Amino acid sequence: MESHILSNSVVAILVAGACGLVLAARRSRMWSAAFAEIWSRRRLALCVIGGYVLIALLDSVAWVGGLEGGQDAVARHQAQSVIDRLFADFQERSYSAPLADTEFYGGAPLRHPGQHLLGTDLIGRDVLYLSLKGARVALLIGGLTSLFAIPLALLFGVPAGYFGGRLDDVVFFVMSTLASMPGLLLLIALIMVLGKSTLAICFALAVTGWVGFCRVSRGETLKLRELEYVSAARALGVSQGRILLRHILPNLMHLVIITFVLMFSGLVLSEAILSWLGIGVDGSWGQMIDQARNELSRDPVVWWNVAAAGGALFGLILAVNFVGDALRDTLDPRTVREAE
Amino acid sequence: MSASADPLLRVEGLRTWFPIKQGLFQRTTGHVQAVTDVAFEVAAGSTLALVGESGCGKTTAGRSILRLTPAQAGRVLFDGVDLMALDEAALRPYRREIQIIFQDPMASLNPRMRVRDSVAEGMRSFDIGADEAERTRRVEELFKRVQLDPAHIWRYPHEFSGGQRQRICIARALAVEPRLIVCDEAVSALDVSIQAQILNLLGDLQKELGIAYLFITHDLGVVRYLADRVAVMYLGRIVESGSTERIFADPQHPYTRALLAAAPSVDPDRRGGAPPVLGDVPSPSDPPPGCPFHPRCPEVLERCRTEAPPEVALAEGRVRCFLAESAGTAAGGD
Repeated sequence: MESHILSNSVVAILVAGACGLVLAARRSRMWSAAFAEIWSRRRLALCVIGGYVLIALLDSVAWVGGLEGGQDAVARHQAQSVIDRLFADFQERSYSAPLADTEFYGGAPLRHPGQHLLGTDLIGRDVLYLSLKGARVALLIGGLTSLFAIPLALLFGVPAGYFGGRLDDVVFFVMSTLASMPGLLLLIALIMVLGKSTLAICFALAVTGWVGFCRVSRGETLKLRELEYVSAARALGVSQGRILLRHILPNLMHLVIITFVLMFSGLVLSEAILSWLGIGVDGSWGQMIDQARNELSRDPVVWWNVAAAGGALFGLILAVNFVGDALRDTLDPRTVREAE
Repeated sequence: MSASADPLLRVEGLRTWFPIKQGLFQRTTGHVQAVTDVAFEVAAGSTLALVGESGCGKTTAGRSILRLTPAQAGRVLFDGVDLMALDEAALRPYRREIQIIFQDPMASLNPRMRVRDSVAEGMRSFDIGADEAERTRRVEELFKRVQLDPAHIWRYPHEFSGGQRQRICIARALAVEPRLIVCDEAVSALDVSIQAQILNLLGDLQKELGIAYLFITHDLGVVRYLADRVAVMYLGRIVESGSTERIFADPQHPYTRALLAAAPSVDPDRRGGAPPVLGDVPSPSDPPPGCPFHPRCPEVLERCRTEAPPEVALAEGRVRCFLAESAGTAAGGD
């Protein structure tokens, strides 16, 4: 199975899943009301996130062929995404400033004068193209890591809070042990062991990042366990598993959503730090910044690489944090208004 | 009205103590003595009110009977079967017989579940009704029975008022056709007009279905209205029990007298009476020696401070007080 077919089907599943979730959320009054409120309060941030997601999706849909006329012989036989195709045959030989007509060093004429909106990098790749490609990597890091970390946290936190006793002691011991290790060292050690693949980095970030949410979910479960509807369910002979699934977990969902959004931005930033240490994910904004940082000491300065990657990173993080804060205001029961 | 030979529920020597753990190794350094040596009976189709002030252990006693809170000792005989001796699987059929309604109608229903699913949950758990459609029909019937609009079964709890939610909780309890319902301060959180409606509903259900109630409350007005028998709790112990008429007309224990005197009354002649009780309830983790009520008792004797008073059988009911000893005869161990 060729990998682009796999990735195309993953995208299709994701899009279908998102549509399904939206339909399910529209039926639930609580979620549709929450979304309507966030939409009215944070329209711009949501649109920005939507833009990033769209770019990432366009960059994920890939197929082979259709590039026969180009000069890049390798690209013809590889799967190229929509973004790749938009920027096909857009290479220069070296640095060029945004919208410049000549190369930055030497002043040789460019192949595409005045067309590189954000300039080109050391080996002549268009910076706008690289920035757009970074969106997919950032969403992948945030999403995949959360997909590891949140179920892991729920798997340990909820039973620990609900059953208590020895189980709680063990989980608490594991959490405290993990929390007492320096996160960055643990991350580096894990990546050394697991290798430098995207999956391994996401897994390592999840292992170091799940403790916080585990603690929150355990605490919330401790509170929910004592609530009267849980007692009522026990008095009705409902099984423990069903109580966890029907009474505890749905009442933790708002925390899951809030954590996902707030964790997401932290993870994207963590990856930038890892890139700076040379163990980041290929094609990320962190790596763009890392590769360009030496150029900042030159005179005249090569600023557009760092600026583009930093700007793209900043835009995504800011928008996600804005939405995260609005989500917390809307969904957190401590701020939620009764009978809305 | 004396207890019949074979009551529906008979509680003997119930003790629920919560360990206080301290230090590095979590050694048990003491116990919160929430319920100590509590015994009472509830006859089928009757109402026993368990009354006392906040923190006297009446809620813990109610939860212990349902095994929602584990008890350390004692027997809870339902239809002659000791529920304390059963494991969770063997207990399951009895879960159907005993249900509970809680104080806070806001916390009693899962906010993420439609009320139809909350009410049907017990039916599902005990395989009542052939399929989901059948259960939905039964939920609609239950809604009519508790005087709610059956069209509203698909709504969420936040769309109902406090009184309506309490009706939904009653419907949820009724769904499994129990013979005993523990009402834990079931009307205390509601305002007075709604209280009256809920009490009337509970009374009607008792007449129609023959359900027994263990009514846990601090509200003596409610007790007088609804209960056949009363047990007065103080600091985890039952200090006096008897029929409602006798307790209200002729209270024997100084604490019962104080409790009755403290209850607000619209009748000026019934105000005052017993001397006031001063101070707070002592900590249940360190109850006073002798009679637990002696630090606050207006009629305290010297021996109350050291000796626990025996349970005295009265002509009607029982009391734990030295003052009553001369009048009745010691009931002994039982």
